[in-house]
Amino acid sequence: MNDIKTKFDITDIIEQRENLSFITIPKEHAISLVTYLRDVKGFKHLVLLTAADWLEDEEFQLTYLLNNPDEKSDLGVRVFISREDATMETAHHLWEQVATYQRELKEMFGIDFPGSPDVDKPFILEGWDDKPPYRRDFDTKQYSEDTYFPRPGRESNDPAEYMKKKLYPDEK
Amino acid sequence: MKEDFKKRTVISPEGKPIEIDPLKDYFSDAKPKVYKPAHPIIEKFANWARANSLWVLGFGTGCGAIEMRPLMTPRFDAYRYGIQWRPTPRQASVFVVSGYLSVKTLKRVVRTYEQMQNPKFVIALGSCTINGGMYWDSYNTINRLDHYMPVDVYIAGCMPRPESLLAGFDKLKTIITEGRGEGANTYAEKFDWYKANQKKVIKDWDMPDYNW
Repeated sequence: MNDIKTKFDITDIIEQRENLSFITIPKEHAISLVTYLRDVKGFKHLVLLTAADWLEDEEFQLTYLLNNPDEKSDLGVRVFISREDATMETAHHLWEQVATYQRELKEMFGIDFPGSPDVDKPFILEGWDDKPPYRRDFDTKQYSEDTYFPRPGRESNDPAEYMKKKLYPDEK
Repeated sequence: MKEDFKKRTVISPEGKPIEIDPLKDYFSDAKPKVYKPAHPIIEKFANWARANSLWVLGFGTGCGAIEMRPLMTPRFDAYRYGIQWRPTPRQASVFVVSGYLSVKTLKRVVRTYEQMQNPKFVIALGSCTINGGMYWDSYNTINRLDHYMPVDVYIAGCMPRPESLLAGFDKLKTIITEGRGEGANTYAEKFDWYKANQKKVIKDWDMPDYNW
């Protein structure tokens, strides 16, 4: 770990367990760090590439979760990119399957990976023309009500309120 | 337009080049027709026969498909009621829409439904087909099936057990013998309304208007 610290401009390290830690790195050094980890440090296996939407901070967080099969340890590389200009370097040259993750992220979060194969092809949604649905400012309930002809008469109860009314009707 | 639907020249088995226009040659461009019932006596006999040989299309759309396996195997054994599963829409008369439908699946379901021969019946299985069920606020699953195709029987539940499915089939039999299984005619009558609803939801409409 010290080795990586001296070589790369790492902003944050969280050691969650003995064999699991997360490191945060600026966007422009991320792919070179992942390449270094794969080729030199033995993190040969990519477990997943995923994103989280931090709407309040106006950032997306990408996590490359890597696995070292010899040491049986995991390492997550976290990258924060801005929501405004959501683009990231592609990593499909390191692992072929990254292209599929990137295609999904493009469709669900609208994060672009220029140069990644088939990144603009629809992945699950066919002909989607709205905001990417996994962005947190996309209102899925509103969209469903506008699009899918909701059946009238659907009521929902807050379980706590409902039970309170039922068990203690006198209490206010 | 899809690549498959474009006009192209192909080599026939005799070695001659022939021009094909898939939309015209492979699909009927005629709208579905309303069929008037035959003479009451004949119709009554036909309905009795239809009700006792329900052929189900083996198409599982959502999680409800898992309930159809025990139904066709010896424990619940739907075959003893004259219900059997078929591999192709051309041979089937009952479409069991089993559970939630994403827009992507709805597109295939519409296409399959239109390929089935008259008379055809639809059983909608699970809460998802009635009002969206637990996926009622999802961005990608439809809320009510009856806006896209006529439904004869709803089976509520999440998931309904195979027994309720059998009860649903029983109900469908009653409906057919009473001559009320007119789904295909309803579809033909309100064809424009159904098409408009389908096209509203399926954004990349790239199939012929009627897949017959």
